[in-house]
Amino acid sequence: MASVDTTTNAGQLLAAASGGRRRRGDRIFSRTAVVAAVTILVLLGGVAIFLLSEGFPALTAGASELPEGKTFLDYVAPLAFGTVLAAALAALVAVPLAVAVALFITHVAPPRLALTLGYLVDLLAAIPSIIYGLWGIFVLGPAAVPVLKWLEEKLGWTPIFEGPASATGRTMLVAGLVLAVMILPIVSAVAREVFAQTPRRLQEGAQALGATRWEMIRIVVLPFGRSSVISGAMLGLGRALGETMAVTIILSVSGAVTFNLISQANPSTIAANIALNFPESSGLAINALIATGLVLFAITLVTNMGARAIIARQNRE
Amino acid sequence: MESASHPLRATSGLTMDRDVGSLPSWATWVVLGGSAAVVAAALLATGAFTVALTLVFGTLLSALVLYAWSRAVEGRRRALDRVMTLWIAAAFGLAMIPLFSLVFEVVKRGVPGLSLEFFTEDARGKVGGGGAAHAIVGTLIITAVASAISVPIGIMGAIYLNEYGTGRLRRALTFFVDVMTGIPSIVAGLFAYALFELFLGPGIRLGVMGSVALSVLMIPIVIRSAEEVLKIVPDHLREAAYALGTPKWKTITRIVLPTAFAGLVTGVMIAVARIVGETAPLLVTTGVVDSMNTDPFNGRMQNLAVYAYNEYRSPGVMKQASYDKAWAAALTLIAIVMILNVAARLVYRRYKTEIR
Repeated sequence: MASVDTTTNAGQLLAAASGGRRRRGDRIFSRTAVVAAVTILVLLGGVAIFLLSEGFPALTAGASELPEGKTFLDYVAPLAFGTVLAAALAALVAVPLAVAVALFITHVAPPRLALTLGYLVDLLAAIPSIIYGLWGIFVLGPAAVPVLKWLEEKLGWTPIFEGPASATGRTMLVAGLVLAVMILPIVSAVAREVFAQTPRRLQEGAQALGATRWEMIRIVVLPFGRSSVISGAMLGLGRALGETMAVTIILSVSGAVTFNLISQANPSTIAANIALNFPESSGLAINALIATGLVLFAITLVTNMGARAIIARQNRE
Repeated sequence: MESASHPLRATSGLTMDRDVGSLPSWATWVVLGGSAAVVAAALLATGAFTVALTLVFGTLLSALVLYAWSRAVEGRRRALDRVMTLWIAAAFGLAMIPLFSLVFEVVKRGVPGLSLEFFTEDARGKVGGGGAAHAIVGTLIITAVASAISVPIGIMGAIYLNEYGTGRLRRALTFFVDVMTGIPSIVAGLFAYALFELFLGPGIRLGVMGSVALSVLMIPIVIRSAEEVLKIVPDHLREAAYALGTPKWKTITRIVLPTAFAGLVTGVMIAVARIVGETAPLLVTTGVVDSMNTDPFNGRMQNLAVYAYNEYRSPGVMKQASYDKAWAAALTLIAIVMILNVAARLVYRRYKTEIR
């Protein structure tokens, strides 16, 4: 700890206390802190305001001036559909897996290993999304092709595996799986925290009544953590909605609005569409892309605020 | 709490099955090994052997065998317990596969692209050749400027929240920092573009724009972690300082911050690791360029993540050489991120103040 040299000249300080010097120091420092706080709020307000002001021209422009000759609503709707589809797919895969991972770390693995295992899961969150994208298209995509073919053959009668199966793996299914890997650490971190907080007396009570470990998990741990897991799932969903590069690289897009997960023709997502088209766009096309960004911002904001509201309600209880 | 205790009461059949034996302690491992061997042999016989299939069918077969065996010897409930434990462990293993596959592939594919040239030369006018020095320097500059913006604001913001904040501003800041952590990175990029476009005209691309975009992502991470470590500085240290007549600002700068120093540094390093590999916000703000640029306020600036994306997306005449370089950039990035993460933990362990 820092040496407190003020002890030696406390008298001097006390003397200064009556003067203005000390209060001025306090005033300057506390004002700096307030300025920092206000700056952050202004910055966040700025994000909304600048997106609005730059996106606004596209909202009011006619269809003929916008990219693809569509009105803004027709332009953004398929993208929003793709965004939600990819994120929902990711959450569907990631949430059960994340709960199992969290249970493994908190209740199954030897306690000595728990920290290291948790660290390994957290590493998944540290890997940049561009690398997930490259891994998805060069490794997971090609590896998934036989699986996609199999799905088409056996389950082709369902709309989601209708096919024709992609020969490159650049499909919604693969993109969703990569997104699932990316959000898994977020969901499992939330689940891990609440599972570890399950009151000991409940756990021990269950075991004292003769419950096996799985029964203890099912009747004590899972009900205790349920609402936290839901909010963690929504945080993960929010992350998946805004994730850009992995989808940009992996998904082969055609603008089709379809639930078919294994074909070459996929809807794009808002974020991927911006990353693909922004560098080469100019004029009103830029405004249109910024306006889609605003829509994405709104969607993630609602999702995240929902998650936070659940957490806040739980903290009150 | 109530919801947790109800099912406990409601569940019947919690009494143990009578007269049950138990499986030997090695049962699970033998079943796992045996199933894997049987599945591998069957797959080899049909000529469809792959490691993935062996793992999938091996796990399924183990679950079946383990359940049947345990049910016969130990009863239904123990059998279910064993199978669920197996599933949970298998799920963890499944989640680890991408991590190991990814690190393995990045190293395997990245090493061929590494060379002295990769670290020392830019790519200006070099057909299918050149290095990524301009991208590495760009990454360092953009990240450094972003940190220079985010760290003071983030730490002062955390000091405000923990030491000064009261009432509405404090509540608003807490809430909006949460909101900020959820901003998609591409939206942060669009914000920076919109901000600079308004003053400098359309089509503008600058290194500093990327830094501003990254700051939007970095500030909430810094403020969250800083707030956490300031919170655990015990109040008796502050009270002792006040009792000696130390002014509040001196208490904070001389007592609170030094006590929390290791945690603050760790938080900042984790935050840097989080943003150093960002691609999307830089794609729309710093642009793509082949030559070295060290001035963040003038002209486009390349960085490693965008470099990797661009080498993949628009490969030169020698396609494989470009892909190699994309992977080499990915490897460099992953190395930077891992080093920052590990160093952050080491710093914390080495320098954290023991608080009693």
